[in-house]
Amino acid sequence: MAEMDTSSGGGHKKGPGVKKSKKLSTRVDLTPMVDLGFLLITFFIFTTTMSQPTAMKLYLPKDADKPEDQNKAKESGVITILLGKDDNVFYYEGQLDNSASNFKSTTFKEIRNVILDKKARTPEKDLVVVLKPSEECTYRNVVDILDEMAINVCKRYALVDISAVESQLVKVSEAAGAAAPAK
Amino acid sequence: MGRAKLPRKSTNIDMTAMCDVAFLLLSFFILTTKFKPAEAIAVTTPSSVAAKVAETKDIVLITIDKDGKVFISMDDESKKEVIANTLNTTKNLNLDVQKFKKAGFFGAPFSGLSAFLAIPEEGRKGNALPGIPCKDSSNNEVSTWMGLVLSAYAGQKANIQLKGDNASKYPAFKNVIDAFKKNDILKFQMITNPESVPVGTELWKSAMKGEKRTE
Repeated sequence: MAEMDTSSGGGHKKGPGVKKSKKLSTRVDLTPMVDLGFLLITFFIFTTTMSQPTAMKLYLPKDADKPEDQNKAKESGVITILLGKDDNVFYYEGQLDNSASNFKSTTFKEIRNVILDKKARTPEKDLVVVLKPSEECTYRNVVDILDEMAINVCKRYALVDISAVESQLVKVSEAAGAAAPAK
Repeated sequence: MGRAKLPRKSTNIDMTAMCDVAFLLLSFFILTTKFKPAEAIAVTTPSSVAAKVAETKDIVLITIDKDGKVFISMDDESKKEVIANTLNTTKNLNLDVQKFKKAGFFGAPFSGLSAFLAIPEEGRKGNALPGIPCKDSSNNEVSTWMGLVLSAYAGQKANIQLKGDNASKYPAFKNVIDAFKKNDILKFQMITNPESVPVGTELWKSAMKGEKRTE
């Protein structure tokens, strides 16, 4: 370690009073280097395990050909969630009535409350969530909504094809939403 | 009585050995880390709260890229050989079995498969390839592929995984699911990035109670 002797001061001295410079030890304190080493180790350990991809399991139902084989659901316990483009979410409870008055619009942030609200109002064994992704929605939306099922512990849910009427409704609502975005 | 004088020892500890250990460990971790291989198909996966780590053995991975193109990859070379031989006999494709075995992924219709294999491995880029056709339900080649995979894996467990891009549209995903259903594959895994469970939700509450999650 190079160190300047500043303590003596007073410029050059001569004669018997001259100070001999102390022999400095060559040992370097390695403690900060150890610290750094372990810091880097912890950093590497954390960053490597974090990026492991996880697998989300999905079980598909077998397609039932005969109507009597299909699962029945109580109308009062059904909530249908439709996914539109640009992360739009729509839902209705029970059956869609003719004037589509129970067709409501929401977002991915609020859909959790909608599901929880429905869950609180229906007996557990009757609750069925029907998920209908439209042609326009993305894979991410589908995974997000399936994830929402896991987060809200909905045991019964189904991924169903969207019907023409519903697809039309989603499109119309999206067009209306674009015209009046303040909501 | 005179006490025995204890020699005064310095409190400084020699850190050199510890430093050696630290850097040895560091280099070990750096060298053993598997770097993510540069992927020919660029896919950004969505995130989910699923906590199960994806399997890494015996996988059959179906990838959907952002344009909805479908690719298939497998890790077991012996199974790929079986598939190549089956394809050669049933469809007369004249495929190079060795090249088929070494190929990391497949992304061309059956008719263009030998042309696809002629491209050198590093030249196969997802965005320039046609992908496996599955849009048409009458000509769903993914379904044929899954049939081939199932017969190659006959009796053994294949981990079917699906990796989709955030931006890919739902119809592509649906077509793949339809291909799965046709082959009676009713269980599969979707590759996602881990995400923490939102605080205060029901899943979070049950996790706090220590209940085991049913996937």
